[in-house]
Amino acid sequence: MLIGQQPKEFLLAVSGLTVSFDGFKAVNDLSFYVEENEIRVIIGPNGAGKTTVLDLICGKTKATSGSIQFRGKELTKMRENEIVQTGVGRKFQTPSVFEDLTVFENLEISFPRGRTVFGSLTFQRDQLVKNRVEEVAEMIFLKDKLNTYADELSHGQKQWLEIGMLLIQDPDLLMLDEPVAGMSVSERAKTAELLNRIIKNRSVLVIEHDMKFVEDIAHKVTVLHQGQILSEGTMEKVQNDPKVIEVYLGH
Amino acid sequence: MINSRFFNRSELIGFIALAAVLFVILPLTLDVFRLNLVAKYLTYAFVAIGLVLCWGYGGILSLGQGVFFGLGGYCMAMFLKLEASSVENTKIQSTPGIPDFMDWNQITSLPLFWQPFHSLTFTILAIILVPGLFALIIGTAMFKRRVGGTYFAIITQAVAAILTILIIGQQGYTGGINGMTDLRTLKGWDIRPDHAKVILYFVEVVLLFACIGIAQFIRLTKLGRILVAMREQEDRVRFSGYSVANFKIFAFCMAAVFAAIGGAMFALNVGFMSPSFVGIVPSIEMVIYTAVGGRMSIFGAIWGAILVNFAKTSLSESFPQLWLFGLGALFIAVVLAFPNGLSGLWADYVQPRIDRLFASRKSKTDWKDNSVADGAPAE
Repeated sequence: MLIGQQPKEFLLAVSGLTVSFDGFKAVNDLSFYVEENEIRVIIGPNGAGKTTVLDLICGKTKATSGSIQFRGKELTKMRENEIVQTGVGRKFQTPSVFEDLTVFENLEISFPRGRTVFGSLTFQRDQLVKNRVEEVAEMIFLKDKLNTYADELSHGQKQWLEIGMLLIQDPDLLMLDEPVAGMSVSERAKTAELLNRIIKNRSVLVIEHDMKFVEDIAHKVTVLHQGQILSEGTMEKVQNDPKVIEVYLGH
Repeated sequence: MINSRFFNRSELIGFIALAAVLFVILPLTLDVFRLNLVAKYLTYAFVAIGLVLCWGYGGILSLGQGVFFGLGGYCMAMFLKLEASSVENTKIQSTPGIPDFMDWNQITSLPLFWQPFHSLTFTILAIILVPGLFALIIGTAMFKRRVGGTYFAIITQAVAAILTILIIGQQGYTGGINGMTDLRTLKGWDIRPDHAKVILYFVEVVLLFACIGIAQFIRLTKLGRILVAMREQEDRVRFSGYSVANFKIFAFCMAAVFAAIGGAMFALNVGFMSPSFVGIVPSIEMVIYTAVGGRMSIFGAIWGAILVNFAKTSLSESFPQLWLFGLGALFIAVVLAFPNGLSGLWADYVQPRIDRLFASRKSKTDWKDNSVADGAPAE
């Protein structure tokens, strides 16, 4: 194992990651490392491969080559639900919540218990579940909407609900794909507040275009361009990198 | 209300209405011939309950439920056929003691896979396990590879075609196109006379309510909600830590077992089993019953199975050629005009009136209790 040779134990170590779709390399020999409790933001122009990177980590897309180590476990060989169970949570770009279920039921499904067929048949809605659901619902500003069907929620509320569904899983690595896209100004502010609260004690990987928002939350920024890393470092360093200004921030 | 947690009010009304019709009204008003026809219709209600779970809730359209109906029916028929083929009954054959169609096909000893069907216990287990395991194999092969939607429906249809061809081709082992006929007794008890048909009808209705109970239980657990969630956002369920394939396999297997119970009751009530209840056309008809009744409603789907079959019998008695056109038109009407079937129409037009009735009753507290929930079925 290579772990002994690494200077530091990373929560997530992506190395040499490549995926090609019919010869087109959407992600090309990509390597980056995320530490415990780090907030990493991935930025880059459209088609840079940002969403594909998240898809690869959570198992939605299979890598052509390379490795993704999470706490020493190789994720590229695992199935999606196993990756979730090791502690990786993923929020999609468009809100994906269960519209025919209530807010309570949406959150309850994400509660990490009874995830097998038998477990879900014998699952009991006990006090622990109720308390946890209510606690999370309060965090995501939906406490008075527990019995509302999710299709009656606004776009922003659906985004919050999906964040809440991740929160209740209590993942060690939280991956968010454009969490404030399509939100109103006041919703954005509330989301930033929400994210700042939930990122404690876990690592977060965020894709975001809103530079103000990125500046607020990022510890470190990775700039992707054509499936490769263009620049990496603090927000300040990245913003002053001439290559980054040329392909992304310049216009 | 005792059942107020298990059934909500409208479901309770549906439950009482169905129980009243099946246990009291129909046995009192119909002659044995018509009651036996209802028993035949109800065998499809089992299939419909399975389709509600699998298709309505889980979003998995199976166009091959006839396969499981047939497997259940053939298991039952094999037991009954063996009992009807005792040495005394078949002494004119060149090999007495084997089913007549085997004798006609120059088979001289009972094939090995027929042997265990001498035992009723084995037969009952086989009715559940054979279709259940077959569904498990198909489900595992398909869902683990992420085959779904239309592709899955086409494959189930192909399986239905294959099984029919197999049954017809292996005449000596299965009775071929004629099926297994002349079924007589169950453990020495003659299933053909009128009083036996009445008893079998009640046995079937009790089994049907047991299946309703199981389906309703599943629907109310978290598994029921995961099925709905899966139908809408499969990826979100997967990324909430669930193995979507396992849940699909479970729903498909449950639907298969319900269909098989229906098939077994068919063999008992109708007294024969043939490949014409296995293939593509009957499988599609089963989906139409469910769609007409309402694929999101257990009670709706049962009414769909009863009413479409009733229409089939009455129409094909008078206009045999027109029936298939009628069935096709009905399906198009459901898809275009009322996608949630009869139960959707009930929920939109009848349910609000009942709710208003309850609301007005609550406001006038000094009203004496009159019969409210004994309403005839909606459709």
